[in-house]
Amino acid sequence: MIPEIGHYALILALLLAIAQSAFGLLGPLSQRSRYLDAVPFAVAGQFVFTALAMGCLVTSFVQFDFSVRYVAENANSALPIFYRVAALWGAHEGSLLLWIFVLSLWTVAVTLRSRSLPPQFVARVLGVLGLLSVGFLLFTLATSNPFLRLDPAPPDGRDLNPVLQDFALAIHPPMLYTGYVGLSVAFAFACAAMIEGRLDQAWARWTRPWTTLAWAFLTAGIALGSWWAYYELGWGGFWFWDPVENASFMPWLVATALIHSLAVTDKRGLFKSWTLLLAISGFSLSLLGTFLVRSGVLVSVHSFAADPARGIFILAFLVIIIGGALTLYAWRAPLLRSDAGFELTSRESFLLFNNILLVIAAAVIFGGTLAPMVSDALHLGTLSVGPQYFNPTFLLPVLPLLALVSVGMHSGWKRGNLARVRRPILGTLVLAVTLALAICAGAYDFSVMLLPVGLALGLWMALAALVDPIDRLRRGLSLPAGIVGMSLAHIGLGVLTIGITVVQSVTIERDTALAQGAQTTLGSYSFRFEGTAPAEGANFSATEGTVTVNQNGHEVAVLKPQKRNYWVQQSAMTEAAISSGWNRDLFVAMGEDLGQGKWSLRLQVRPLIQFVWFGAIIMMVGGVVSGLDRRYRLPKTAPVTADVTPAAGVQGQAA
Amino acid sequence: MTPRRRRLVLVLGILAGIAIAGALALQAFRSNVTFFFDPSAVVAGQVQPGKRFRLGGMVEKGSLLRQPGSLEVRFAVSDFKQQVKVRYTGVLPDLFREGAGVVAQGRLNGEGEFIADEVLAKHDENYMPPEVARSLKNGQSRNGN
Repeated sequence: MIPEIGHYALILALLLAIAQSAFGLLGPLSQRSRYLDAVPFAVAGQFVFTALAMGCLVTSFVQFDFSVRYVAENANSALPIFYRVAALWGAHEGSLLLWIFVLSLWTVAVTLRSRSLPPQFVARVLGVLGLLSVGFLLFTLATSNPFLRLDPAPPDGRDLNPVLQDFALAIHPPMLYTGYVGLSVAFAFACAAMIEGRLDQAWARWTRPWTTLAWAFLTAGIALGSWWAYYELGWGGFWFWDPVENASFMPWLVATALIHSLAVTDKRGLFKSWTLLLAISGFSLSLLGTFLVRSGVLVSVHSFAADPARGIFILAFLVIIIGGALTLYAWRAPLLRSDAGFELTSRESFLLFNNILLVIAAAVIFGGTLAPMVSDALHLGTLSVGPQYFNPTFLLPVLPLLALVSVGMHSGWKRGNLARVRRPILGTLVLAVTLALAICAGAYDFSVMLLPVGLALGLWMALAALVDPIDRLRRGLSLPAGIVGMSLAHIGLGVLTIGITVVQSVTIERDTALAQGAQTTLGSYSFRFEGTAPAEGANFSATEGTVTVNQNGHEVAVLKPQKRNYWVQQSAMTEAAISSGWNRDLFVAMGEDLGQGKWSLRLQVRPLIQFVWFGAIIMMVGGVVSGLDRRYRLPKTAPVTADVTPAAGVQGQAA
Repeated sequence: MTPRRRRLVLVLGILAGIAIAGALALQAFRSNVTFFFDPSAVVAGQVQPGKRFRLGGMVEKGSLLRQPGSLEVRFAVSDFKQQVKVRYTGVLPDLFREGAGVVAQGRLNGEGEFIADEVLAKHDENYMPPEVARSLKNGQSRNGN
């Protein structure tokens, strides 16, 4: 009964989504306002029914209803309740449902938060969001219905993929999807503005908080995924240039560019076309990511449910969405003229460089990620593109980008007299270089050239981001959330840069064979293998090794990595053991029993890897703080017209 | 400089930057991309010696040899027609086993042995890398003829 309720709820949600897009897009053409008034009801109804569908699927999981195929494939009677709930989005069908639910949440948020905006504009935004919802609901119902039954029902389920049986499953997909889908709001605002033909600064201003919030979630989602891969996959790295990682990273880069270009469009009315194209391509890339992950065309740890029919549906959807948006753009392009100029050292040009470099970085990744597919389709041979390509080509645009951040932050709009801000720029630079050299000499060495460079760039960014807030506090000026958020995000980027640089340059790793009681040395740490013992979990048995780590004769960690065997799927899983400190992680993963009492072990010392996640968290917090800035919340009573916006230019530096 | 000329210089500079970046990326792409070969292609000598590539196929049953107590393993990768001997030193992935699909990355040595520096087996019991599946299918159907 419950799965059927869920199924019908999805169908009702689809009907409401159709109503939402019809009233939202066609309503503004009529003079009668009651068409517009119907839109929020459709939004609310769709939310209720998608939430109901989610609830039904969770209930089926909790009640072990193995007559539901999706449950039978992704749960088992031995699976703990926590994973049974999270298994909801453990595979393809459920994660689509999550996608739809998240889209519905964003739509509700836009409806509630936009009451001060012109009703016709809001209706159009909701109409576009409704169209996206229609597409995904159709997709789910036609090709990926999670509520399909099995007859006869199997006595027990096949269990959740052991790799996914981890706490992070509960948070990584929802967070990532919130970010992915959040980009649809920027897309919808851009489309609504184009349909309306009102491409002034207003739409950019309204879009900014949504884009920034979506970006913050995307940042958190990617960081969580990277952290999960680090401790779960047993390889010990935090980024593998895996196609699915790339699929989430490309929209992130474009969203970052979009945030900055929206600032220019909002403050100065420039870059209008560019901003529109970024809004379109940001969301297109997140759709493309879904296509890449879900169609199975790519070789990846994530592509567990591959189905060509699904791929074709998403591809067609992608073509319609991107094609439609670009047609709109071509139609409205003549309206996009801005006459304002700016100097080479103004904030506008720094943001222009920011955008160009970010887009180049995204393009480089795009090329590397899609090359295997293209080469395969054209019968040019099967090839793979790895870190050897991505690392150098990504650094090429990103190194100058990081250097320009610290300078650009201090430049003013329009004129940008850099001579006036020479002192903070040079002061922080000198300080950063001195610190970087001191850190290299004291803690590490100079064998890797990028190490001092990356350290200096990261420190410079973090220090430079502090200048403006400190200056404001000292002069007794107000400190708007937008500026705090911006500074935090840039400090986070600095911390992230420092972390990545040091991890990449100074990590020591070794695969080794150790007998019980034997030890080996990595840098200043000695790892001693104490032997193995059997261990058991709720649905697996394991061999647990014990490794003690000493530094300068003191014991610093006892690590207990496991080699697990999950009963249901009979699959082996390596569970690495990690001891985290602020300045280093010690990592041990078990290989296999080599005979003669020896085990193969993978040992790693990774300095400052915590800075990678920590930096990402700061960036995310910065995004949230900035996205919730009160300047974006217009008073309900104020008449909102295009002329209101230039007044905001007084805020000057706050981008 | 007039604003118009300044803008021209700016645009030209940006275009030049993009062109340089594109050329460098293409260069990096050419020298760093790794191609996939199945054992038949390797035995037929289609791979230049010393060039890094990916070898894929099935781990031949009964071919896995380990020096007891050492990290060095030897096994053979087959596509049901030909096989290539592989040597690898390190920790094998969880799902590596005889009779299962595998992709190894490395180079051929002088004796036609494949020295792997990376061995991949993906995280799914039923998973078979698409290129391996295809080359195995070809191998089998050609066998059938």
